[in-house]
Amino acid sequence: MSGTGPRESIFPTRMALTNTKVRLKGAQTGHSLLAKKRDALTTRFRAILRRVDEAKRKMGRVMQLASFSLAEVTYATGDISYLVQEQAKSASFKVKARQENVSGVVLPAFEVDRVPGSDFNLTGLGRGGQQVLRAKEVYAKAVETLVELASLQTAFMILDEVIRATNRRVNAIEHVIIPRLENTIKYITSELDEMDREEFFRLKKVQGKKKRDAEASEALRKTLAAAEEAPASPDVSGGGGDLLGSKDEDVIF
Amino acid sequence: MANQQDRNLLAVIGDEDSVTGLLLAGIGNVGQDQKKNFLVVDSKTQIPVIEQAFEEFTTRKDIAILLINQHIAEKIRPMVDKYQAAFPALLEIPSKDHPYDPSKDSILKRVQKLFGE
Repeated sequence: MSGTGPRESIFPTRMALTNTKVRLKGAQTGHSLLAKKRDALTTRFRAILRRVDEAKRKMGRVMQLASFSLAEVTYATGDISYLVQEQAKSASFKVKARQENVSGVVLPAFEVDRVPGSDFNLTGLGRGGQQVLRAKEVYAKAVETLVELASLQTAFMILDEVIRATNRRVNAIEHVIIPRLENTIKYITSELDEMDREEFFRLKKVQGKKKRDAEASEALRKTLAAAEEAPASPDVSGGGGDLLGSKDEDVIF
Repeated sequence: MANQQDRNLLAVIGDEDSVTGLLLAGIGNVGQDQKKNFLVVDSKTQIPVIEQAFEEFTTRKDIAILLINQHIAEKIRPMVDKYQAAFPALLEIPSKDHPYDPSKDSILKRVQKLFGE
């Protein structure tokens, strides 16, 4: 029956039926579009997933290398960590956020933005300057890898979130909105059919009543006619004789 | 989206060697109010201090990427796992004394979960 299942509270008219049909069509289009979007995002997501995994492992190696070069520095110069920490003033290694668009989703990607800084120029002036320079380069490379990984990871997080939202929407349309609209259409159709039948029945009834009335009036007319006719026939036969016999008031002569 | 453009710093919570190396690369920044974008953690550092720094770095508006040593992240693991926001990006990095363990990384855990589904 059309009464089962949730439907919109709407007055069953033909206009509402047309509107609901249009909306159902819209919901179906939206569903297919969202499904396409989800597929595109998932493809992208899979690719990123693989790259994140790779980059994370690569990072382990890179950081090991960097630590090793720092160990060289420590060996050559002694402990410079305090010096370096105190000398840090403003960042020469910054990142810039760039935006990438994947089917309507803005994915940020970080870009290395390096300005040649003058920090730590005097570090290792006495000895081990070369090692310090090397360590700086190696660490800069490592940080570049880290930045790349960070943008992958951010993209991963955002895509994950967006895919979830899209999935929710696709499922909501598929399992809630479309059935509800279909139920509404069924309901309106059945109500309209019901109204049609009622109307038909009413017309039939009216027609029947009219026919009965017509028959009744016809019968009445017939009986009246018959009643008129019945006394009229003896009247006509005896009229001739009575015409002169009866006194007519209108006759003035 | 506009405030993403302002995020251009990297922050780091790490042991002395990692921080030194990263500062050598030039990520160090000290603001006008003497706010540093790095925190050196040694064996004597209290966990609340780390938590506070983590909180500060994740709420600051000018930090794009937060690097944290994995063994330090391990100390405040519930907080790290709870952190879900995209900005700043949280990155767990290996340190000299603690080799990288992919199975502990909160992101890689999710990756593995998605791969293993």
